[in-house]
Order: sequence, then C-alpha cells, then structure tokens
Amino acid sequence: MSQNTLYDKIWEDHFVVEREDGSTLIYIDRHLVHEVTSPQAFDGLRQSNLTPRQVNTIIATPDHNVPTTERSKDLEGIKDPISKLQVVTLNDNCDEFGINQFKLNDERQGIVHVIGPEQGITLPGMTIVCGDSHTSTHGAFGSLAMGIGTSEVEHVLATQCLVSQKQKNMLIEISGKLQKGVTAKDITMFIIGKIGTAGGTGHVIEYSGDAIENLSMEGRMTLCNMAIEAGARAGMVAPDDKTFEYVSDKPFAPKGKDLEEAINYWKTLKSDPKASFDKIHSFNAEEILPQVTWGTSPEMVADIDDSVPVVKEDNKTLISALNYMGLKPGTKIKDIEIDQIFIGSCTNSRIEDLRAASRILDGNKISKNIKRAIVVPGSGLVKKQAESEGLDEIFKSAGFEWRDAGCSMCLGMNPDQLKEFERCASTSNRNFEGRQGFKGRTHLVSPIMAAAASLEGKFMDVREL
Amino acid sequence: MKNSNLYSGEFACLEKANVDTDQIIPKQFLKSISKTGLGPYLFDAWRFLDEGFLGKKPSDRKINPDFVLNKPSYLGINVLIADDNFGCGSSREHAVWALKDFGINVVVAPSFGDIFFNNCFKNGVLAIKISQDKINEIFSQQNQNSQKQIEIDLINQKIKIPNIKLIDFEIDDFRKNCLLEGLDDIGFSLKYETEISNYENKLKQLRPWILNE
Ligand code: SF4
Repeated sequence: MSQNTLYDKIWEDHFVVEREDGSTLIYIDRHLVHEVTSPQAFDGLRQSNLTPRQVNTIIATPDHNVPTTERSKDLEGIKDPISKLQVVTLNDNCDEFGINQFKLNDERQGIVHVIGPEQGITLPGMTIVCGDSHTSTHGAFGSLAMGIGTSEVEHVLATQCLVSQKQKNMLIEISGKLQKGVTAKDITMFIIGKIGTAGGTGHVIEYSGDAIENLSMEGRMTLCNMAIEAGARAGMVAPDDKTFEYVSDKPFAPKGKDLEEAINYWKTLKSDPKASFDKIHSFNAEEILPQVTWGTSPEMVADIDDSVPVVKEDNKTLISALNYMGLKPGTKIKDIEIDQIFIGSCTNSRIEDLRAASRILDGNKISKNIKRAIVVPGSGLVKKQAESEGLDEIFKSAGFEWRDAGCSMCLGMNPDQLKEFERCASTSNRNFEGRQGFKGRTHLVSPIMAAAASLEGKFMDVREL
Repeated sequence: MKNSNLYSGEFACLEKANVDTDQIIPKQFLKSISKTGLGPYLFDAWRFLDEGFLGKKPSDRKINPDFVLNKPSYLGINVLIADDNFGCGSSREHAVWALKDFGINVVVAPSFGDIFFNNCFKNGVLAIKISQDKINEIFSQQNQNSQKQIEIDLINQKIKIPNIKLIDFEIDDFRKNCLLEGLDDIGFSLKYETEISNYENKLKQLRPWILNE
C-alpha cells in the first residue's frame, strides 16, 4: 500500500481536476472573510456577474480595523472614516450575497483565526482559506489551511476551488518534555530561529513528536499560526482524541451520527508510518528556552539568557535591523527596557493564553516604567469567558487595560499603536518594521514572558518566577 | 492583462533580505477598497521620512534621499532586483498592486514569499527566481558601474544585462502562459463546471457535514 503524509491525504481528498495548463483545482471546504482583503474581490464578482458558489461555506467578521474600546457604540465607535468604510463595505457585501457574518456588535465577533475554531467552523481534514496569511493557524486541527491573496479570494468565491500546485512535505519533530515556563510560542519561535523565515518556503509543515502531542489545542494553534513566519504556507498537526473532544461540542460541528462518521474519517488523517518527507528537522524539547526576538524579522530571535548578536560590518540586513531596533550589538536580552505590553493577536489571545498570563500577574503590579499594557481577547466569547473567571479583574488590578476583541496592536490598523521608538513586548507574530506603529519596536514573546516583562519593565526569565 | 514577451528597461537593486509585504505597503494603506492608487505609497516608510496615510500628497512628504528608489538615476525604473525571501509575511495583494501602480512590472530575487509570488502573476507582474550568486553579481555590477539597463525575454527565459553573462531562468508553463496570454483565471476554472459539480455530489455522500446546512 502506498504510504502518504497527512498533507498528501487531504490534498488527494480535495483534488477536483487538473486544468489544461497543468495547475490543479482543489476544493475548498471553508472560506473565512474579513474586511481588509475582501472588498476588491467582491467588486470583481459583481463586475463579472457572479455570486458565491457555496455561500454556506463562508463566514465573515470584521477584525483588523476595529477599535477595541467603545464597542457599545457599534459602527459609530470607529473614528477613522476610512476604516469605517471598510467595515461598512463588508456589511454591505455580506448582506448583498447572503453571507453569514459575525458583525461588530455580535459577541461572536473576533479575529477570524480565533472564531473559526471556537465555532467549530474549523474541523479536521478540511481545506480552509482566508485572505490572511495566518490562516495556517487552523492546521492545528489537521486541516489544510492556507492564506491567499485577494484575487484568490475572488476565485474561491466564484468557483469554490483554489488553483494550486502540490507543495513539498516537511516534517518537524519535537520530542521530549518542555521545561516549565516554555510554551508553544517558544517552540514555534525556536523553530523559526533554526530554519529561518524562508526555511519552509514551498513546503507544508507537519509538526509531530510527543512535545507536540502534549500541547493543548490552543498551543497547537499558536504553533501552526507561525508556520507562515517559517515560510510555509501551511502547518499542520494530525488530529487526535484531544482534537475530536475539542470540536465535538462546538456550534457548527456535526452532531449525532454525522459526528460519529466524521470522527471515523478524521481518525484516518495521519501520516502513514513509512510516508516520506522531502525534509525532516528534529529538535529536542528540553533544549528550548523562553524566546525573545531582537530584530525586525521573526528569525532574529534569541534565548532569554542570550544577547543581541555582534554582527559583521558587511551584513546590511542585520545592521539595519539593529539600527531600527535601537539596540547595540551584544546587549543582554534581560537588559532591554520596555515601554508597552501587548497581549493579544491570533497567535496568543485565546482563553488559555489569558489564564497563563493572569497567573503571573495575580496580586502584582506592572512596573512604573511601563507606559501602557493592554490585553485584547481574541473574540467576544473569549472575553466573556475570561470575565466569568475573573481574569479581567486580575489584569486590571495589575495595571493592564482590558479591551474588546480584534487584531488591535498586532498591526495597528486601528488606533492601538506604538509611538515612534517605543518598545513593546508583544505576543503577536511579526516584528516587522512599523508593524505596531510608525518606527515602533516590537519584541515577540509568549504571553507569560510578556506578563513577566510587564512586572520587571524589562525582559526576565519566566522560569525564575 | 496580456503582457508582451520582451521587457526592457532599467532596474534598481534592493539589497536587503526578507523584505516583507508590510514594508512594500504599510498597513495604513490597506484601508483602501480599490486596487489602484497605491503606487505613491510603495515602500512608504523607506521612501519618506514622515508618516504617510492614504490621501497624503507626495508633494507634502519629506523624501528620504538615501533610499534607492529616490536616487535621481533610478526614478524611472520598471524592474526591481531584490534579495532572498522577497515579499514574505502578510498575504496583502496590495503589495503587488502598489508595485504595479508604481510602474514595476518585474521583480527578480533568489526566492519569494509564496503568497506574494502567486499574487504577482495574478496581476500580470513577472516574478523571477534566480540563484543568490547571480543576484549578488548583479548587485556588485550595479555598485561598481551603475549598470541599470536590463532586457528580459520571457518566451526564451533569459535575462540580459550588459557585462553579465546571459542569465537563464525557470518558470512554470502555466504561469508563463498566464502572463503571455493574459488568461482570465476565474473564467478558465469555470470551464470545469462539470468536474466541480461531480466533486460536490461525491462530497455530499462522503463527508456530508461539509456542505450541509
Ligand atoms: S491578529 Fe495580527 S496576524 Fe492575526 S489576523 Fe489579525 S493582524 Fe493578522
């Protein structure tokens, strides 16, 4: 019998036809839509007199532009008229085409990559696309989830298919036990530090090994979320009992006999023992320490007890990164002082992230050096759950602001931004120049590392707490 | 969009690895609901010293004289020679719309972010991968003698730059045809209506939870 990887199997199950030009159409099971990358796609549909082929497979929500305060004012809370127009345009497009949308004032609104899994829209074995690179997040369920451009959004709306080419298979094994204080975020950053931001280009990554199996579903989402930062278009973890249990009671998940049938199918979704991978990387979980980025690309990352590298004079990329970050070569990571803390984003804004950060903060106060610390839950429902557990009170008494759901300072399309030269410990996924605000400086960390940094005013080793 | 086979013009070099799409077009310009008009904001935070926003006039901006695309000799370029992993990061197609609106219709690099690479071809922008060695050679030629003439022959897959040995490049047939013929991608896929419907019928049997409700 032929031996296939998880990716091979999902690819095969979604293969529709090979087009005359040699490219392949694969069928798309779920399509997530947000306000930023969709307006031009809907315009295109209208221009060609087309409508979405399977409107029930689409779910939309505004997340990138939305303010995280004054949610009760609904659209009126969006001060920037251009942002508002984009959110209104999404409303109009969804209404016109009959697309299910969690609108701004719906408690289910949130970051697309948080609400998909939360609602059971994301299920194992599916192909999932969204006009957003972090669609890779959904691979945590053993689905093939890919970020696409706006032209492709239009194509999927019109045909329910994506023009694709089969990628190569990459396996990343993490075996052994993680140290206390080391999280899924550290694993994923550690991997990027090792293989580089182009390391996964042209591949779909499957993560395996006992350290991965032992991660919660939230942890697996954090892991796969940053597969895109490793250059891969998709990352995935084979579904197991933990996955089935997680999805079973979700609103959009199949019920009764359908669910049983689905689970039987999902159980077949793992790489065969002798399946071959084009590339394999193996790492030992014990070697992973809490990670902190120091540069302007996610691969510019160091262990907490390490220093900013001393770079060679002819390395233009590294020199410009250090200049931008305002760091001297050789600076100890623990000596870097921070102005702002951001806990949120599709990487780390789920309930488990908020619980973990709040445990560090419980009964403590943030450092006087911190100008602002904010927590932005990934969805209205995460927010509600956290409040029912009293986490909001812990954050607030520590000195954090407790906000409404959205992408927020992950990319600062809304008012939540860094000022020039401000330095932020952020649980998001990209430390690109200007990402969190014009000339702002981003250091990526896990939620507990961000919480610990808020107490110290600089980075500290969360293992010592 | 039909492209001609031969591209000729002038190139500039952007000697920096991992240029992400946030740099190509910063987030504040993603608020646009149109595909055009983004050229003035291409590489905004590098081309200008002040913070830009949609609608801000170029004449009101503080230009960064050190950025390559602002140097007088590179003002009219239509080809960009870039470094490894160009266009990584965010899926924003606005990055390609901005390049195109600016007048750049060819980008050459050792490798590209996957989504950006796809987005280029969907918009008639030619993205070419050549080896890092070749890229370095072009960089150093330009640094030494300000060479900026370039000719690209898409059908024969060759890049011609004076003083550099003719460079061959690889490109998928379907991407090449897509540029040469200017195919309507959606129209082309819709020709496979029967196959898509057959797949859907099969899907309803095999995995009823996908299309139900
Ligand atoms: S939270 Fe950040 S990375 Fe995630 S979808 Fe929003 S902007 Fe993109």
